[in-house]
Amino acid sequence: MDTLASQIEGGAQTARVASPEEALLADAVRTAAAEGRVLHIVGGGSKAGLGGVPRGSPLLTSALSGIVDYDPAELVVTVRAGTPLAVLQGELARHGQMLPFEPPDWPGATVGGVIASGISGPRRPFAGSVRDALLGVRLLDGRGQVLQFGGRVMKNVAGFDLFRLQAGAWGRLGVVLEASFRVLPRPESEVTVTQRLSAAEALERMNRLAGQPLPLSAAAHVGGVLHLRVSGSNAGVTAALSSLGGDRLPVDVAAAFWAGSAGLPPTAAIESDASVAAPLWRLAVPSTTRSLAAEGEVAIDWVGGLRWLRSDAPAEVVRALAAGLGGHAAAWRGNLACPVMHPLDPVTAQLHRRLFAVFDPHSVFDHGRFDAA
Amino acid sequence: MLQLAAALPADGLIADAERLSPYASDGLSMYRELPLAVALPQTAAEAQSVLRVCHAAGVPVIARGAGTGLAGGALPRSDAVVLSLARLKRIVRVDPLARVAVVEPGVRNAAISEAAAAYGLYYAPDPSSQIACTIGGNVAENSGGVHCLKYGLTVHNVMGVRGLLADGSELVIGGAAPDASGLDVLALLIGSEGLLAVITEVTVRLLPRPRVAQVVMASFASVEDAGDAVAGIIGAGIIPAGLEMMDALATRAVEDFVHAGYPLDAAAILLAESDGTADEVADEIARIEAVCRQHGATSLTTSQSEAQRLKLWAGRKAAFPAVGRITPDYYCMDGTIPKKHLSAVLRRIAELSERHGLACANVFHAGDGNLHPLIFYNANQSGDLERAEAFGLDILRACVEAGGTITGEHGVGVEKLDAMCVQFAAPELAAFHAVKAAFDPAGVLNPGKAVPTLHRCAEMGAVHVHGGQVLHPQLPRF
Repeated sequence: MDTLASQIEGGAQTARVASPEEALLADAVRTAAAEGRVLHIVGGGSKAGLGGVPRGSPLLTSALSGIVDYDPAELVVTVRAGTPLAVLQGELARHGQMLPFEPPDWPGATVGGVIASGISGPRRPFAGSVRDALLGVRLLDGRGQVLQFGGRVMKNVAGFDLFRLQAGAWGRLGVVLEASFRVLPRPESEVTVTQRLSAAEALERMNRLAGQPLPLSAAAHVGGVLHLRVSGSNAGVTAALSSLGGDRLPVDVAAAFWAGSAGLPPTAAIESDASVAAPLWRLAVPSTTRSLAAEGEVAIDWVGGLRWLRSDAPAEVVRALAAGLGGHAAAWRGNLACPVMHPLDPVTAQLHRRLFAVFDPHSVFDHGRFDAA
Repeated sequence: MLQLAAALPADGLIADAERLSPYASDGLSMYRELPLAVALPQTAAEAQSVLRVCHAAGVPVIARGAGTGLAGGALPRSDAVVLSLARLKRIVRVDPLARVAVVEPGVRNAAISEAAAAYGLYYAPDPSSQIACTIGGNVAENSGGVHCLKYGLTVHNVMGVRGLLADGSELVIGGAAPDASGLDVLALLIGSEGLLAVITEVTVRLLPRPRVAQVVMASFASVEDAGDAVAGIIGAGIIPAGLEMMDALATRAVEDFVHAGYPLDAAAILLAESDGTADEVADEIARIEAVCRQHGATSLTTSQSEAQRLKLWAGRKAAFPAVGRITPDYYCMDGTIPKKHLSAVLRRIAELSERHGLACANVFHAGDGNLHPLIFYNANQSGDLERAEAFGLDILRACVEAGGTITGEHGVGVEKLDAMCVQFAAPELAAFHAVKAAFDPAGVLNPGKAVPTLHRCAEMGAVHVHGGQVLHPQLPRF
């Protein structure tokens, strides 16, 4: 094997860097690896408050900006990681398209952070998650090497899906330099209706409706009110509204409500919440799980699959609750002296350690968010 | 062998040549080899015992579902045990309110939708082999189907799996709750062609069955016009439930076979389906028709009944057997390209067809750019198979050059190992090998499939090799 190893061209790496900005990042990573230092990747810093205290020195991606390729008829956009999300969303909107997974558009958010955090918004149960829309990435690994996985086409089963693995990896496997997404047409019409219901009634109703052929695009319950959004052609939305009933929300109020619920409980839930100081938990559970009001539930999203809890209970208690329901709990906001991610079982934890070693053998990107592994 | 027999029920182990022979190949029948034995566990615990015995003995294990795969992913080798999951075929539960089904890997794809039908629900991915292929095989291959433009591939419709690593340790990833803590290992497992784990249970998402579906068939005087119509439909903000194209050769073969009512004088036909509520469909069909007319459709037929819709689809669904009637053998390719390069790639395929002296019919999932060129050849004619394979590799090369991929839905298996060398460079291939080793350090699960060795690529001249360093030099190259 040594003869083959010695034959493979290492110098080809320089050719894989697409710009001087990428070359600088690659140098920084190689230097950190050689010196045994830790880097934490920073896009726009909009999610800095989520999960763990960063270690090491920041590695900024903001210089990697701009849309590389976008042809609306392909439903595919390729964009550099440091591009502000707002810029990408604006360009897509100009062509009547959007990212399917409705990411939180917090001030300063970049495309790289959208991928790294893997946070999907209210449309997720109907249009898929960040990783569902991801088609390919160029990645700078922990050796300072550029790797290219996936591509710019919608169907691609060649090689392992190492590009999807980057969604929600919080940069632990490398720096995403560039990514391609599948996009969707913006619906011609989008209407939100509300109905006052208890959490239990709302859970029953939203799960039942999601099993019917209706153009639903979001279903959440906040402050004693069920919010249902329908999206599609004018004809389809009008027909759906007549069967749904409820009170129609003004367009701007509805837009603000759903924007607020992407990656956080809707603002209304925080404002109306008396115990605002209690840590905020994000639980993913089977959608028909009972209301967790007694345990501090302040909002329900994703047709019941996502629960926001404010709870002073010890982390082990909240995690046991989530695990007992067949789900998992992430410590989202508040000074929680506990791991951010739900702890992994030993087999999965070992796989994580080995995968980290594949991409980042010198632990250059060990941020602290993967303390669960 | 004695240890294996002890781990399995009385009829759970096959080791005689006669009964091994049905397992000698999968859907890619040009490759055949008898395995050492076939293990047929009935439970996950028995499958676990098989893995433990084989892992301890260093015997390769090749997981197999229904054996319908088209890339040789389940092709045995003489030193390996085939682990058939066909007898793990329980539907564990269907939860209509949560819209979730939990099934064992040997459950047929279509059987899931049958079990969910009473609740108005179904499992969306519909590979053409869906009456036979199993969900376990679908997970291994990340199978698609004609509806994946709108409803996604297997990876978009599976919520969780239980499985076994090569050493038999149990793996639980995801489930009825969305996502999972940590890295998205589920996305990595789906489409990993049996190299990373053996799946013993799958949790799938069920969708409400659309109330209405209607299909438009449009004919065009040129492939370019049809391609422009595809871009026009999507550019108009429409995501059809299915969007298929066939060229003249495929259309004629089909029409002779099933009489679906396809026009014989068209250079290409398009099938565009809309599904949803009655209002949605009426609106969308009108818009699709308008776009087709705008792009010079020479005729338009819109299904007016469910029977007519099924008849129009019957032609497309019979395309492979129809082609099978007019050529002794055919070789099905599976490249994907950006749709804008459709005309150019089809012209290139026509040139290659002439150069290699073999005819080629084109059937494709136009909405997502997934081509299925069907190369005509005669296996009994010396040199024909080699020419077909060379022609196929040239087509895949053209797909990669156009910014696409060598396989959209069939997988790499053994068939496209050389083509992998065209698509990926040494660092990516090395990363794939390293990920394989992270899951299966001993290299027991389906060795030699899906990812070519660097040696193989070097030999075909696809990897630049001279001086320098390789990634992960400590790893064996299998």
